[in-house]
Amino acid sequence: MTGAPIDAASRPAIERGFRLQWEAAQNAHVLLYPEGMIKLNGSAAEILKRCNGETAIADITTDLERAFTAAGLYEDVVRFVQMAVEKRWLTIRA
Amino acid sequence: MADHSRVTEIPPKTESSPKPGSSLEPETPLEPGSPPKLGSPPRPGPPLWLLLELTYRCPLHCAFCYNPTDYAGTGPELGTQDWIRVLRQARALGAVQLGLSGGEPLARDDVEDIVAEAQALGFYTNLITSGVGLTDARIRALKAAGLDHIQLSFQDSSRQMNDFLSSTRTFDLKYKVAALIKQYEFPMVLNVVLHRLNIDHIEEILDMALRLGADYVELANTQFYGWAFHNRERLLPSRGQVQRAEQTVQRFRERVGSRMKLFFVVPDYFERRPKPCMNGLGSIFMTIAPDGTALPCQAARMLPGLAFPNVRDHSIEDIWLDSPGFTHFRGDAWMKEPCRSCPEKARDFGGCRCQAYLLTGDAANADPVCDLSPHHHLVTQAVAAADRQGVQEKPLVFRSDRNSTNLFVRGNET
Repeated sequence: MTGAPIDAASRPAIERGFRLQWEAAQNAHVLLYPEGMIKLNGSAAEILKRCNGETAIADITTDLERAFTAAGLYEDVVRFVQMAVEKRWLTIRA
Repeated sequence: MADHSRVTEIPPKTESSPKPGSSLEPETPLEPGSPPKLGSPPRPGPPLWLLLELTYRCPLHCAFCYNPTDYAGTGPELGTQDWIRVLRQARALGAVQLGLSGGEPLARDDVEDIVAEAQALGFYTNLITSGVGLTDARIRALKAAGLDHIQLSFQDSSRQMNDFLSSTRTFDLKYKVAALIKQYEFPMVLNVVLHRLNIDHIEEILDMALRLGADYVELANTQFYGWAFHNRERLLPSRGQVQRAEQTVQRFRERVGSRMKLFFVVPDYFERRPKPCMNGLGSIFMTIAPDGTALPCQAARMLPGLAFPNVRDHSIEDIWLDSPGFTHFRGDAWMKEPCRSCPEKARDFGGCRCQAYLLTGDAANADPVCDLSPHHHLVTQAVAAADRQGVQEKPLVFRSDRNSTNLFVRGNET
């Protein structure tokens, strides 16, 4: 749902009709959708890979921080998810 | 984790085009951050967009079709195994977006096999159809084969105009097909080619799209190639029509918001700069015509002096990397003035080679849509004539085998 507030409990999922996949020829993950394609950089892909509709943003953040031995990623993740929801790449499951 | 919102959108979304084959012209450069690929052509990136025109056969007879008017004179269609070989070779080279078009692709009975192979290879597959032939049994089989989405064409919002413009009785059928597409949960792109005879009905067309539950609507202004060029006087809208259409689209966007994505691009004859056609020929797009001819855009067969290779004789890799049909207009070595020294050449690549050829007789000229082109008057005169036009004297020539054969014979005599 666009317009819904996004917080630590939100569970983002890839929007229907969109497909995330690795493209060796582009050495990147891409998001495919009707009549278009978004070439993702590494961190965008790492977030999107974890957007399965089951995992809350808080847990996605924890997982990323563990995988990349980093801290303080929550704001980055929320900002990206907000942008992706606005662009309709992601939808939020309440 | 820095800078993860910097992603590259590659939006070869359809700018416009005739039914039932949609052109996949990128609206913005492929990689805005990277330096333009000009000068002598470097090794190109992959042909990201592959369009297979499976057949020129079509139950519709649209007067604005971009298919070549002499299609009746082209060779036999490729077989299933040829198409599958094309898919494998193109995918290995990095092709990822796949359009299945025509003609009406469903005139063939092997679309399901082609889709299944495409799905297995990792393509994102789009069926571009008039809806004729999309029965419950076939759509179920296509879903099972892994088809990703469907683009359905309408010619207008009313039965009377839809059926007149396609020269068939297909309106009610298209309504049923739209319901099937929703039932099987495909993302639905509704495509309506706009021109002088239906552009005043945009509001009704958009309301129809809402009722049908379309996810995307493309109001695709006619591009003047093929049958559409032949019928240009009858199809080119007036400036007033285009302005009213823009206002209607704006009002609709305010009313409906983001729940239906709407593409509308002003027809290029009314612009002062050309479209970055195909992101430059040979840059990201490849189309294979029904007879196996590989083309850098659907209309390119008309360009003289370039022998376009056939996939029966050459691999996709050889065609993409080495054939003059794909390398000639890559980079900017081919450009003439005013393009050659123009700072905007990196943005629009000189516009459309086919339009330059059709209007000026030389494919290396600037697209005359550009007001820097010495031939720009050819476009402004056509628009002025459209603004003046009253009674239509010249009849529409509908796309049909008979008309095509006539035009083919006439073409060979001149």
